[in-house]
Amino acid sequence: MSCCAPALDARSGSQDLLADAARAQRLTEWLHAVRQDNEGIGRLVLSVPEMHCGACIAALEGGLSSLEGIHTVRANLTLRRLIVTFDNDEPDILDTIERAVQRLGYDASPVDLGDLDAERDRQEARKLLIALAVAGFATANIMLLSVSVWSGAADSTQHLFHFISLLIAVPAVAFSGRPFFMSALTAVRAGRVNMDVPIALALILSLGMSIARTIVGEGHIYFDAAVMLTFFLLIGRYLDQRMRERARSAVISLTRMAPKGARLVSENGQAEWVPADELRPGHIVRLTTGERLAVDAVVLSGEGTVDRSLVTGEAEPVAAAPGTRLEAGVLALSTPFDLRVEKAANESFLSEIATMMEAAEQGRGETASLTDRLAGLYAPVVHALAALTFVGWMLWSTDIWMSLDTAVAVLIVTCPCALGLAVPVVHVIAAARLFESGILMRNGDALERLAEADHVVFDKTGTLTTGRPRVVECALATTRERYAASELAQHSSHPAALAVADYLPDPATPSAEAIREEPAAGIEARFDGRLARLGRADWVAEIADRPADAAALRSGLAFAFEGDPLRPIELAESLRPQAVRTVEAIGDRGLPVELLSGDGPRAVSAIAERLGIADRRAECRPADKLARLDALRENGAHVLMVGDGLNDAPSLAGAHVSFAPGSACDVGRLAADFVFTRQDLGAVDNALTLAHQARRLVRQNLTLAICYNVLAVPLAMAGLVTPLIAALLMSGSSILVVGNALRLSSGERGSASHQGLNDAANPTAQQGFAG
Amino acid sequence: MNVILLLLPIALMLGFAGLVAFVWSLRSGQFDDLDGAAWRVLDDDTQDRE
Repeated sequence: MSCCAPALDARSGSQDLLADAARAQRLTEWLHAVRQDNEGIGRLVLSVPEMHCGACIAALEGGLSSLEGIHTVRANLTLRRLIVTFDNDEPDILDTIERAVQRLGYDASPVDLGDLDAERDRQEARKLLIALAVAGFATANIMLLSVSVWSGAADSTQHLFHFISLLIAVPAVAFSGRPFFMSALTAVRAGRVNMDVPIALALILSLGMSIARTIVGEGHIYFDAAVMLTFFLLIGRYLDQRMRERARSAVISLTRMAPKGARLVSENGQAEWVPADELRPGHIVRLTTGERLAVDAVVLSGEGTVDRSLVTGEAEPVAAAPGTRLEAGVLALSTPFDLRVEKAANESFLSEIATMMEAAEQGRGETASLTDRLAGLYAPVVHALAALTFVGWMLWSTDIWMSLDTAVAVLIVTCPCALGLAVPVVHVIAAARLFESGILMRNGDALERLAEADHVVFDKTGTLTTGRPRVVECALATTRERYAASELAQHSSHPAALAVADYLPDPATPSAEAIREEPAAGIEARFDGRLARLGRADWVAEIADRPADAAALRSGLAFAFEGDPLRPIELAESLRPQAVRTVEAIGDRGLPVELLSGDGPRAVSAIAERLGIADRRAECRPADKLARLDALRENGAHVLMVGDGLNDAPSLAGAHVSFAPGSACDVGRLAADFVFTRQDLGAVDNALTLAHQARRLVRQNLTLAICYNVLAVPLAMAGLVTPLIAALLMSGSSILVVGNALRLSSGERGSASHQGLNDAANPTAQQGFAG
Repeated sequence: MNVILLLLPIALMLGFAGLVAFVWSLRSGQFDDLDGAAWRVLDDDTQDRE
């Protein structure tokens, strides 16, 4: 067995290397997410999606809190988060935490990658909630007083009640109304008018009028209207705030993936680490195994495999030899390389992607949401109506108090209570429904954009397929061959070899000798002195009995003993569950479906045919994908992009609306509007259905809110609105809108999530061994 | 009508007490994890949590 040992080592070594490199990168990410306070206590917030129940809480808290250096562990089941505080001076503390969480069987990732927006957002939401509580308290109490006034309290009692209302209303509005006053002030200063300007004006005018009237002791008092207005508007504002999960900039974390420097080889052969921005074209750098390349470079010496998954999105290791061009972000797997720098770091592939994403995100930012567009119309109309009322009544009655009273009434009844609630309530309920079916939504606008989508673009690997090949046909005849092939396969970490190892039975007794892995070809060994190979068909054919036909040579994987016939093994990519059904369902909606992939034409056609997608493009680079999306947009299409890898990130950011699976790379997840955490692709169709329902409800709600105004404004302008009528109109319309939105939560729930297994069992596309 | 002079402050104080209680519970994080709290009730709290 001793002769096997080096090969075994080499194999486990290369696997460890992959795992170690990935781990090291993950830990750097964690390091960025740690917040440290003054006393050296680090705080880390982890997202643990698999946390489901009390047992999970107990396991995680119990398992972690016993570790050395950990101060507190607190699980939050609502947010599926784990908050750990620890002694930051403790060596390898992050490593310990990471291992402990893994050992407990959970997958954790840091919630934020080093930016402070999340904390600020949470503070903001909490402030709004307190303002809401104050407004609610004031509304309830003033309403009690107002109801007694309306039902007949008179003289000194009425005066007393008004006075108490004043004492409650003024501080309450001053405190709770701040968000509107601030926003209105900012807008006016900038010479703009937003939704908050009429709100602030109505609040100030109605309060001022009512104070004057209370002191004089006659006329309409609008304290109740003012606080109720604040209360309803704050509800809308609070829901909106909760929806607006910070739009983390995907670009920042992308630049973190590139190493900060490289080992520069000087003329005397010494390697010295220099920062990436000091590297110039023509410099020679050395890349050790497990290290990522910081710049685009050409291999000078060294022959082995590299991981280009950052660039292409394909997980298979790729061979690199002198003359091969490697992009920044490529990971060396098997051997060290010496490379000549081609481009400076700021012109590298990774920075190109970052620039593309930035441009794409900005391009999308121009689409204004429905409410914003409405607000632009609303404020001027309201102000004009109020002014018109004032002038009209002045001319008619020449009573300044009377005219002012009516104008204020107009401002109050037109205040966009129902309008402010119409959209956020629907979005919040939709987000909850999506969350139930395993879809996370980045913001409410995304739902509006999703409903507009009229063209769907899929990426292939990792999106339509799971990215893991399976054996579908195997021509191995004898047990001896099966055992040999299985043993060979176990000595490689190549995805194809893993598929073979999974498919074949384990050999009873290992008997391979002189095992050797040939990069990008396969693996060979001697069994009882007889050479056997498992790998790319043409490479295996070199030792086989007679050359098989050309088709067999071109396609995929084969096994052979020296002098025996070639035994082809057919591999197929497995489709993601529900892929067929989802593509069909999207087609049934009348949306054109398209496939853009970085893979070769053969693999792409095979998958496309299986799914019935006519429109497909193979060998797309990130820029090609983005260019295709731009072309579609020029034609007026609203593109829904579904993709995962880094190579999809610019298109995810640039598409009208985008989806990424939970398994996608970080940048992909951040760039997408929706992330589906379950395996099956049906999420896309479910979300589309829900988006259309939500859009219908939003439109109904806006119509209701506008109808209310059409009804109320003429009454107010005619001077017929008393405080009682104003209160009834306002609360009535708000309740109507909220009630209508609640219909969304009682719709049929994600019904078709268990039918996906059939799709997974029917893969067809062949996959070659060659990377 | 004098009873109103007594009842009004009482009503307002009660309301105000509710408001203060809410703000306090919000600040001390009692609304942070509503689902988790439901489970924690069932948990034997043997270990010492800070």
